[in-house]
Amino acid sequence: MALQSLDIWRRSATTTPSPQQREPIEVAKLIDVTKCIGCKACQSACQEWNDVREEIGVNVGTYQNPHDLTANSWTLMRFAEIEENGNLEWLIRKDGCMHCADPGCLKACPSPGAIIQYKNGIVDFAEENCIGCGYCIKGCPFNIPRLSEKDNKVYKCTLCSDRVSVGLEPACIKACPTQALVFGSKDDMKDHAAERIAELKERGFENAGLYDPQGVGGTHVMYVLHHADKPELYNGLAKDPQINPMVSIWKGITKPLALMAMAGAILGGFFHYIGIGPNEVEEDEEEEKA
Amino acid sequence: MSAHSDKYIQRYNAVERLNHWMTAITFILLMLSGFALFHPALFWLTNLFGGGTWTRILHPYIGVVMFVSFSSLALRFWHHNILSKNDIQWLKQMQDVVQNHEHKLPEVDRYNAGQKLLFWTMVTTIPLLLLTGIVIWQPWFTPFFPRNLDRFAVLLHAFCAFVMGTGIIVHIYAAIWVKGTMRAMVRGTVTRGWVKKHHPGWYKRIEQGQDH
Ligand code: HEM
Ligand code: SF4
Repeated sequence: MALQSLDIWRRSATTTPSPQQREPIEVAKLIDVTKCIGCKACQSACQEWNDVREEIGVNVGTYQNPHDLTANSWTLMRFAEIEENGNLEWLIRKDGCMHCADPGCLKACPSPGAIIQYKNGIVDFAEENCIGCGYCIKGCPFNIPRLSEKDNKVYKCTLCSDRVSVGLEPACIKACPTQALVFGSKDDMKDHAAERIAELKERGFENAGLYDPQGVGGTHVMYVLHHADKPELYNGLAKDPQINPMVSIWKGITKPLALMAMAGAILGGFFHYIGIGPNEVEEDEEEEKA
Repeated sequence: MSAHSDKYIQRYNAVERLNHWMTAITFILLMLSGFALFHPALFWLTNLFGGGTWTRILHPYIGVVMFVSFSSLALRFWHHNILSKNDIQWLKQMQDVVQNHEHKLPEVDRYNAGQKLLFWTMVTTIPLLLLTGIVIWQPWFTPFFPRNLDRFAVLLHAFCAFVMGTGIIVHIYAAIWVKGTMRAMVRGTVTRGWVKKHHPGWYKRIEQGQDH
């Protein structure tokens, strides 16, 4: 979707600034899990708008269907039955790309322009530039991108960048019957979340809170959780997600340093040849007997 | 060995030379295709392979060919590369090495300590490159490994590639620096003077008919 907007904050494997003159507002999707009824309207709307279809699967005793995110299912309702304070709770979380402010996928990607972060916060994959190496999968702290078996390209939620760029809300938002999903500027979404959290606290959920993890610079998909102190309860939502240190070392300062060291070795060889010179066998050394 | 003449001494036979160049060509292709993905500054190298996707596809297959070829080469040269006491002293006199003060150095046999060290570096890093390369090989193998092993493998692969890349730069430069070396791998022979000067220990053994 690289042509729809020139407001690009970051572009994978690109070392100069991308076009970013304009100042669009930062957007966010807010998922209020306390309002979600698990109807999966958003899941269907996502497939319909994006023209992808999941294969018919099998029921393994849970409402979760399909069983995991796939190259066709960019969002998935994850169902967890847990016991908390002596109560059985049925926690439903809409999983999908979090649109991190500091996206590990983009950091890991070696192909220029295969991953683009718009200035409005949306992180988008441009599949036509994807080479199928799977590095974004190593980079993502939320286990989101999926490599397609059909074309060896990765797919994930686009936050409906095509719709947002023409002033529409994402398809999932439009489909949600309970307004558990809302979309707007990130600031507005935080304000809205704060109101909801206050209500939840009044109703006795004293640990209710907003999930906008700072380890990845905050996200452009946020959750309102009743148990914000224990996000792991929601099917293993990471408590303090961060780009894995191995990825940071791999993609950090070490690479330019390694390149410089190698260039230095070549240059060193050249200067040695110029300064000290080759090691030759003289003619008299050739003739003298051993 | 009867292949020695008045003027020349045979250093590598035809099979050894072919094996070396098979390894070298595949190795260079791996360097070019691998470093293309290493840093954006080198992504243009993917053009040599028909684009980013082809580079990603081809690199691991070339890697397997290189590994097989290198293994055969390593087995051939293994016994020549055992480190000796002289080698330690040679390394301590690196200053004399780079300044071409060869007469001050301890007697070198078929390979000097620098060559031997490069050999052992390759013997450790190339199998590591193969193993880590398999873990990060999409789409065939990566899905079978835990995510953190995958992350570790790509880091180690990049590190080993850096070590090998730097090592190979030194290796190639040494062949340019020490005149008369290139023909050892191209023609198979070197001059008697070259052997006496750079590998006097080996020369003695040849004269005594002990060389193999
Ligand atoms: C021995 C067998 C080898 C195998 C099976 C292998 C496999 C791979 C694979 C699967 C990748 C990921 C990208 C891709 O799919 O093309 C990769 C990346 C890479 N390979 Fe290899 N490789 C091997 C040997 C080598 C060698 C000898 C070098 C260079 C000395 C090398 C340098 C690199 C580099 C620099 C990268 C990019 C790493 C990064 O992005 O940080 N590889 N290799
Ligand atoms: S959740 Fe994963 S795929 Fe989405 S922006 Fe963050 S790192 Fe990228």
